[in-house]
Amino acid sequence: MSVESLNLFPFDSSSLLVALPEIFLLSAIVVVLLLDLFLVKNFKQVTYYLTQVSLLITGLLAFDLIGHAETIIFSNSFILDDMASVFKVFMMGATMVAMVYSRHYLVQHSLFRGEFFVLVMLSVLGMMVMVSGYSLLTLYLGLEIMSLSLYTLIAIARQRAVAVEAALKYFVLGAISSGLLLYGMSMIYGISGGLNISDIAAFASNSDLSSREALIINFGLVFLVIGIAFKLGAVPFHNWVPDVYQGSPTAVTMFLSTVPKIAAVAMLVRILVDGLSAMQPYWSDLFMVLALLSIALGSVVALMQTNIKRMLAYSTISHIGFIMLGFTTGVVTGYGASVFYILVYVLMSLAAFGMIILLNKKGFEADLISDYKGLSKSSPWFALMMLVVMLSMAGVPPFIGFYSKFFILQQVVSAGFVTIAIIAVVFAVISAYYYLQIIKSMYFDEADKEATIFAPMDMQLVLSINAVLILVVGLFPDFWMKLALSLL
Amino acid sequence: MGSEQIIFYILSFWLVASSLAMIFSRNTAKAALFLVLAFFSAAGIWILLEAEFLAITLILVYVGAVMVLFLFIIKMLNVDKSTVRAKFAVYLPIGLVVAAIIIAEMALVLGPSQFGLDVVAAPQRHSADYSNITELALQLYTVYVYPFELAAILLLIAIIAAITLVHRKETNRKKQSISDQVSVKAKDRVRVVSIASNAKGGE
Repeated sequence: MSVESLNLFPFDSSSLLVALPEIFLLSAIVVVLLLDLFLVKNFKQVTYYLTQVSLLITGLLAFDLIGHAETIIFSNSFILDDMASVFKVFMMGATMVAMVYSRHYLVQHSLFRGEFFVLVMLSVLGMMVMVSGYSLLTLYLGLEIMSLSLYTLIAIARQRAVAVEAALKYFVLGAISSGLLLYGMSMIYGISGGLNISDIAAFASNSDLSSREALIINFGLVFLVIGIAFKLGAVPFHNWVPDVYQGSPTAVTMFLSTVPKIAAVAMLVRILVDGLSAMQPYWSDLFMVLALLSIALGSVVALMQTNIKRMLAYSTISHIGFIMLGFTTGVVTGYGASVFYILVYVLMSLAAFGMIILLNKKGFEADLISDYKGLSKSSPWFALMMLVVMLSMAGVPPFIGFYSKFFILQQVVSAGFVTIAIIAVVFAVISAYYYLQIIKSMYFDEADKEATIFAPMDMQLVLSINAVLILVVGLFPDFWMKLALSLL
Repeated sequence: MGSEQIIFYILSFWLVASSLAMIFSRNTAKAALFLVLAFFSAAGIWILLEAEFLAITLILVYVGAVMVLFLFIIKMLNVDKSTVRAKFAVYLPIGLVVAAIIIAEMALVLGPSQFGLDVVAAPQRHSADYSNITELALQLYTVYVYPFELAAILLLIAIIAAITLVHRKETNRKKQSISDQVSVKAKDRVRVVSIASNAKGGE
């Protein structure tokens, strides 16, 4: 009996080729993990280089798949489309840059261990699974693979009490939000009878959907939105963000605040835009509230911060608000603006945290705004780079941060929410104050102590390129916006 | 009311009661034992739903392994209960209000009007020779092979995470050095000391 039933599930191994980036990365992780055990103390740097090469090859494999016809494999639970490929390439690039910055920090704070790189790669693997997830089950498993590695990465500095506290907070709140997400998924599964996004979409857009079925879908939808908002860090589910950002080692904060957000947005697109677009009027109302609260609270509370990591945490919350605002429009161009915004945000956030790491010394974290006093005297070039990053985050033209906000607001206005757009602009202007405060600190305040830069050349070079990109990409925003639109 | 319904209500009552007892119990060890009771009741309900394999797995894995380890940890850590409960009374009123609202809202949606037997038909009974395990295995290793592999990666992460967080540097560790033991010579072990003989006792 069993042999006959097996023929019901034909398995063609050539179809696995579209999952090649994931398969390669997993194999590379296992190799690096085992190799690291046998490396003598003086050759630990090999782990770092192997990680970079693995990420590079994974990125190239994903790049090769851009333009590949949309393919769904593994019994409809894995999708390869342009959004998945482009997001994967972006995630690999961002992780590589983050690793260049991290190495300096890890060496300075004696946290340089092979496990750090293995866990980062595992976390990236989870994000790739999320980006390509086409069933609720794989999306959830990807999320857990990503989160479990992140919890451990934060706690890797276990000598510091704040880091352990941050890890525990993130773990407990992450577990609760995963529970909410799962509960919502179980409701959707229970009523639609399918785990695959396409089945759910077909069920939800069915014209003779009874009011009872619509009610249950909405009920599950609320939990899904809460779960996603938790992961993105939108108000009122943001309480973990500032503590986790401040408590984690800066290298981990940088990783945490950039690449996972791309994966979370991808999950949002898969579940809500691809799966439950029929319910768009319901979830976009929820998003509107979350977005406005995030923009308002993120902009205002950041004014009071003296710790730059905490300030960037609130700044992230307000950026997330803008991203969610794009999803309230209910049109593809609005979603495209949000996708564009998240990629821009990652570029800016990497540079901002890179600057914090740049000023790190042995046993000293440059995480207070006052640590930037007089930077223009001691290092005019990097003060200029920080100026670019901060102006871009504040949304000043011609930097890329301006266009990302501009596209979102343009879409919001054309969707008819003029008041919402005005409120968002007002808070964006308020938020400009704290970005400018750092610039003032760098250019107009006298330094208390000499700030010398010990960072290695490769980090200085990559950081400069990263900051210059913010300006250069800002000169051709249309090209990138078209790219973001073509993904949806 | 059929016998099945009576069993269901008994099990559900125990499930809810033991879950509440677990939350409100002041003693962490007792809380863990109430959780075991909750697992047993849940496993009973699963058997009623003809998911025998899952029910047995729940008992074997969660009750047999996970909770026993949990009890070990509770006994070893000796958590101070007074500090944990310090803010309990402060948050209780607002917590109760929020919980009451959520329960009321959920009851509106999840009541028998949406999920009653007249709306959702009862699942079909399988014959006695129906094998749960065969069906599960067929699904797990074919349709769900990708999620299955992902779960395996999760376990790998759990191992790496546990070792990363708990492993300390090799200091203060009393371990054998096998190569030293093998290459030891009699000279290193036995020291021949010549002691001046007692001159008086010359027998």
